[in-house]
Amino acid sequence: MTNSSDIPRTPPRKSATFDDYTLAEIRRAAATGIYDIRGGGAKRRVPHFDDLLFLGASISRYPLEGYRERCGTDVVLGARFATKPIHLKIPITIAGMSFGSLSGNAKEALGRGASAMGTSTTTGDGGMTPEERGHSQTLVYQYLPSRYGMNPDDLRRADAIEIVIGQGAKPGGGGMLLGQKISPRVAKMRTLPEGIDQRSACRHPDWTGPDDLEIKIEELREITDWEKPIYVKVGAARPYYDTALAVKSGADVVVLDGMQGGTAATQEVFIENVGLPILSAIRPAVQALQDLGLHRKVQLIVSGGIRNGADVAKALALGADAVSIGTAALVALGDNNPVFESDYAALGTTAGAYDDWQEGRDPAGITTQDPALTQRLDPVAAGRRLANYLAVLTLEAQTIARACGKSHVHNLEPEDLVALTIEAAAMARVPLAGTEWIPGFNGKI
Amino acid sequence: MNLSSNTSTSGLDLAPPSVIDLEHETVRGLNAKMHGLSHGTNHGCWRILNPRGRHAIVAGLDAPVMVDIAGNVGYYCAGMNKQAHVVVHGNAGVGVAENMMSGFVHVKGDASQAAGATAHGGTLIIDGNATARCGISMKGIDIIVKGSIGHMSAFMGQAGTLTVLGDAGEALGDSIYEAHLYVRGTVTSLGADCVIKALRDKHKAELFEKLKAAGVDGQVDISDFKRYGSARTLYHFHIDNASNY
Ligand SMILES: Cc1cc2nc3c(=O)[nH]c(=O)nc-3n(C[C@H](O)[C@H](O)[C@H](O)COP(=O)(O)O)c2cc1C
Repeated sequence: MTNSSDIPRTPPRKSATFDDYTLAEIRRAAATGIYDIRGGGAKRRVPHFDDLLFLGASISRYPLEGYRERCGTDVVLGARFATKPIHLKIPITIAGMSFGSLSGNAKEALGRGASAMGTSTTTGDGGMTPEERGHSQTLVYQYLPSRYGMNPDDLRRADAIEIVIGQGAKPGGGGMLLGQKISPRVAKMRTLPEGIDQRSACRHPDWTGPDDLEIKIEELREITDWEKPIYVKVGAARPYYDTALAVKSGADVVVLDGMQGGTAATQEVFIENVGLPILSAIRPAVQALQDLGLHRKVQLIVSGGIRNGADVAKALALGADAVSIGTAALVALGDNNPVFESDYAALGTTAGAYDDWQEGRDPAGITTQDPALTQRLDPVAAGRRLANYLAVLTLEAQTIARACGKSHVHNLEPEDLVALTIEAAAMARVPLAGTEWIPGFNGKI
Repeated sequence: MNLSSNTSTSGLDLAPPSVIDLEHETVRGLNAKMHGLSHGTNHGCWRILNPRGRHAIVAGLDAPVMVDIAGNVGYYCAGMNKQAHVVVHGNAGVGVAENMMSGFVHVKGDASQAAGATAHGGTLIIDGNATARCGISMKGIDIIVKGSIGHMSAFMGQAGTLTVLGDAGEALGDSIYEAHLYVRGTVTSLGADCVIKALRDKHKAELFEKLKAAGVDGQVDISDFKRYGSARTLYHFHIDNASNY
């Protein structure tokens, strides 16, 4: 007879399907009856720029000398129809983030950092503040479904106009700003009662579909006397058709934001489950521009999880004219900095994981309207950090471009790339490393 | 019903209007001329002929001018208007006076969807009917419609007043914030969080003022109107409101 204590025991085993996070979320949902809202972008792993590599120079391709041979980084946006296109020194812009979601100091720091590097910042769902206009040499004014604070004076004060159809974190979703962040100033700018949980519309109130969009763009051009470039921003969902329709509607610039893109506050289910990774969206968008004979004439700005100069170079090699950054810019300012670890711990989280940007209690003073917390962010020092970071992104992209023998970062091309995974090869339409295989393309690119 | 109100510039004792005929001038040419007018001075009267449903006619004005448009206009006529007094002697397409900041726009005929959408100020008068989404996302404008309005009107209305002498369609004031709605006729249905409210003296005074602006004070009985506004139950996320999100 075997003693039961002699039977080998299997260790406790947790479900891969019902993992700890899933179980906790079910309990949270059961306790509250409301979906989880948070900031940041998708946290799951999706195919990304890490899955691509540059080939560099070889016997048949010669490189450029670092520092000595010029590798241009400038970009002109909006020359299709606007009489005053935007000239940027670097192909990296600061994405739209509202005053309201961000503190006044954070907006100022973004303006300072971007202006120091010769690039643009963008307003957000809440109007233009004098501070951000004052500190941004080049400011893009967003035209959103909510139209909070929208007015013709700011429209004319802007250097470009960005019509927001969607963003990568939530293609098809409207803005959200919870009561903790609707301070008296934010409420006044948005014509809302103080302290309410603001839910903005997800569709524009006075147009639907591409034919109307064309007329809307015409109106905005008329109001601004055809001076300003008009961008159209879409979340990555149907990039070929969305790009083609934006162009058909008269856009000067298309902004394409992938699912990794950050948000100030959105339902977790939305962030993690709707939209395409940016890696898979760039080639179809570029294809649409090429099919229309407008690649490089209508510019493409892509965003969603851009972190370093390699990401920038890869996005440009796939055909984008520029990239845009949100989350990385906030991190450069000081978001999720371990120096605030005890504060993060008090909020039940840890530096690097803090994403309750909707609560307005950001220890780093960035995603908050609390005056005491806001004071923690020195806009001059934070602006300097952002400028440094943008300089590094640019130098890194140039390093790669020179290694590939390119005298301008825009000369990078898909031919410079290979993919490490079959998924990335298919999505980016470049061969799997060491092969000539581009899955899904039957040889026709 | 045929309530008359004369807000046309033609009856005013002013210098003869400058005439722009869109048969011979482009909308771009017209708007460029109007935008070139310096702010704050009175630049008299303008008369625009042959609008023929063109879009963005006199969009982006910012001068205290009087503009008479002789005919039907397309989308976004007088969009983002500031200061100007615009009269459309015809029907207006989508988004007439959208995002108006100040001034006065009077449509003598009917208006299409999204009339006065997102507007922050000024007065919009529509003699005929307005269809869907009249006053959608309104942020301070006063809209007076002498006929009826369509569905989803004053959706997410944040501030301002919408006064309707006729009827309102489905889902009036859905997800409304603090806009004040006055409807004289029937309302097919109310949207989420929009409720009927008491018409107190201060509201009667407000309503009277709006009717006066439209030149119909004394022609309709204020006590025939009902007031609608926000129940404010959706101002904070709450499980009991889940079906409305
Ligand atoms: C705090 C925050 C606020 C944002 N607010 C807006 C907004 O108002 N309008 C908009 O179009 N996108 C908004 N976004 C999205 C960004 O414009 C951009 O698409 C995204 O951050 C890019 O991805 P990345 O964060 O991975 O760089 C916001 C993002 C963040 C992080």
